[in-house]
Amino acid sequence: MQFSPTPEQQQLGDMVQRFLGEQYAFETRRKILDSAAGWSREIWSKLADLGLLALQVPEDQGGMAPAVVETLLTLTAMGKAMLLEPYVSSAILGTALIRDLGSRQQREELLPGMASGERISVLAHLEPGARYDLRRVATAARRSGGSWTLEGRKSVVQHAPAADLLLVSAVTSAGISVFTVPREAKGVSLTPYRIVDGSCAAEVELTGAPGALLGEEGRAFSAIEGAFDLGIAAVCAEAAGALQATLDTTVEYTRTRKQFGVPIGSFQALQHRMADMLIHVEQARSMSYLAAMRAVEPPSRERRRALAAAKVVVGNACRFVGQQAVQLHGGMGVTDETAVSHLFRRLTALELQLGDTAHHLEQFIAASAPEQDGARRPRADRAEHTGVLHEAEGT
Amino acid sequence: MDLTFSPEELAFRDEVRAFLASSIPAETRRRVLEGMEVSRDDTLRWQQALHRRGWGGPNWPKEFGGTGWDPIRQFIFEEESAAAGAPRLLPFGLKMVGPVIMRFGNAAQQKRFLPRILSGEDWWAQGYSEPGSGSDLASLKTRAERKGDHYLVNGQKTWITLAQYANWIFCLVRTNPTAKKQAGISFLLIDMKTPGVSVRPITLLDGSQEVNEVWLEDVQVPFENLVGEENGGWTYAKFLLGHERTNIAGVGASKRELARLKRIASEERKDGRPLLADPGFAARVAQVEIDLMALEITNLRVLAAEAERRAPGPEASLLKIKGTEIQQALAELMMHAVGPYALPFRQEARRDGVSGESVGPDYAAPLSATYLNLRKTSIYGGSNEIQKNIIAQTILGL
Repeated sequence: MQFSPTPEQQQLGDMVQRFLGEQYAFETRRKILDSAAGWSREIWSKLADLGLLALQVPEDQGGMAPAVVETLLTLTAMGKAMLLEPYVSSAILGTALIRDLGSRQQREELLPGMASGERISVLAHLEPGARYDLRRVATAARRSGGSWTLEGRKSVVQHAPAADLLLVSAVTSAGISVFTVPREAKGVSLTPYRIVDGSCAAEVELTGAPGALLGEEGRAFSAIEGAFDLGIAAVCAEAAGALQATLDTTVEYTRTRKQFGVPIGSFQALQHRMADMLIHVEQARSMSYLAAMRAVEPPSRERRRALAAAKVVVGNACRFVGQQAVQLHGGMGVTDETAVSHLFRRLTALELQLGDTAHHLEQFIAASAPEQDGARRPRADRAEHTGVLHEAEGT
Repeated sequence: MDLTFSPEELAFRDEVRAFLASSIPAETRRRVLEGMEVSRDDTLRWQQALHRRGWGGPNWPKEFGGTGWDPIRQFIFEEESAAAGAPRLLPFGLKMVGPVIMRFGNAAQQKRFLPRILSGEDWWAQGYSEPGSGSDLASLKTRAERKGDHYLVNGQKTWITLAQYANWIFCLVRTNPTAKKQAGISFLLIDMKTPGVSVRPITLLDGSQEVNEVWLEDVQVPFENLVGEENGGWTYAKFLLGHERTNIAGVGASKRELARLKRIASEERKDGRPLLADPGFAARVAQVEIDLMALEITNLRVLAAEAERRAPGPEASLLKIKGTEIQQALAELMMHAVGPYALPFRQEARRDGVSGESVGPDYAAPLSATYLNLRKTSIYGGSNEIQKNIIAQTILGL
């Protein structure tokens, strides 16, 4: 049991925070937001230079995976800065999927370019009408001769307009597979847009698009679920940073804004609201730790319970803290010029991303239900383990 | 960063588990697991059993006869004890006056009082609140005047938990009425058998008698029973409240209550299916369970920080608020789980239990009384509103 990072891990976290503090200040970020692409390739290259795009790349290919604590600290800092670049989409989800699913040759071919920032790869999995259900895939892959073509539609693919390579899930008679599809390929059509936090995304339509099978046919589901779980942990860590920044800016505002001749932060109604915000922030931070630790374990009911629970706590925190921060900023809170409105938009996106609170509450309930054969009924003589702490693998 | 128990911690947990399995009397264990009141004798017997094992002071350092366990081991012990159905250890000696005497008492006081807390010979009560001094504790009026070789104490204390069983009480008293209110307070140890001390029970909303008024009329207290400096009591009082709040998260006990809630909701039927399978009810249970998971980690984070700093910080306020909200939510859900059979009100069921009666399931009998009783948790130990003041002022700097 140990909550402090090692000095090396802390050093990396501090380095990321310093870098973003210097190069990703609010005004800089607004310029990036207002640019045509909505993200900065220059920042992306610098993140690569700092080695941050290699955190999920295996060690034998020059990376640091699993880098659990390094990833947690990096994302918490990025959450504070409201990073617009495709870090979670490509450096976490995309990289993890190629790492866990690709053949040796595919890993050697694709991962170095992702670590260096030259190739951006994002997962296109969820589909219209499937909401957050990972198993509902209607996109179909057909083989003709030695090559595959894809037909179907993928919804709200975050950072798809920034991607070089789309990792598209599709069904064949063998089950769910993932195919790599160049974004520029014939038969790939993007409808790009911005999402609620200002970052880019697209609807992706595939009409006879050429795909190369990643790994083995019909064996992709577990890797997709694993990538999503890493993504959930990443989003929780981002949220922990964004929540802290939101609380900090709100406390600071209420200390300086005066009404009735005194700082509004001296009013008890507002103080108690901010105390409630702090409780949400700390509970969310705790769950971001749990999510980070559990996401790298083999699939199990405990992993499902932990990640679902984390997303519920974080989702509730994002909503409460975001809404109250805007409220406490008064009129300033609903303008585009204050950081708090942008933080609120990011928090809103974080709650909806990779499964909203209602979805994960259902997931938690499903993973907590007694097994079908009734073998796991709660025992009457002991409190049931809530699953926060358990025995380390192999101990 | 590592959220798993080390092999040493797991071995410790197994040792605790084995001891608990063989040492808790079956009847006591049943009462705890079924949410019934635990008697004075059950509590004392358990303290004595732990003392014989050398575990009478789970949160005390070795130099004062404690176990010397680090915060994580203390947490494991509390969690395992709650899960196994052990009675709650009395906090008044072990977690309140004990740490104050260790930190601020003199050697004679340490030698005289601390061993008797461990052995269960002394049952302490906490004399803080007064009728006019609740949240504004520093406004307390109980006077202690120097007369010859003793203090003469006059006043009234209230909300004194289990004072009917106590033989000692630690009191905050005013020794300097002219100083600023926090600066005139002292910390006195008073033998309850001293002439002039009288105890009157207060009946609570659920019919239980667990708190009392304690009247102090010309009570003579020897100078040697003053802890630390005269007029220094406010510092010791705040130190004590910090310790009280760390305990108050009650994660282990809430896990036990969550398991009971799930058992009840599995037995109850709605549309022919277990209530726990009803999506609406399942969602309410899941939300509390998830909040409890987060609180457990937050609690461990605070303990880990405490291990480095040696004293509970203001984060303890967060644990108190969230911990009591969860305790109350669990009691409310249990009451709602049994539907109409939450209405028959049988306060005696918490004390005496019921068996095979014709009024609803046995497990339903104590639930509404427990629900009523637990409303106290967000009021005692510094109300949750006071905790929010502490967070706003101490953590947020407002």
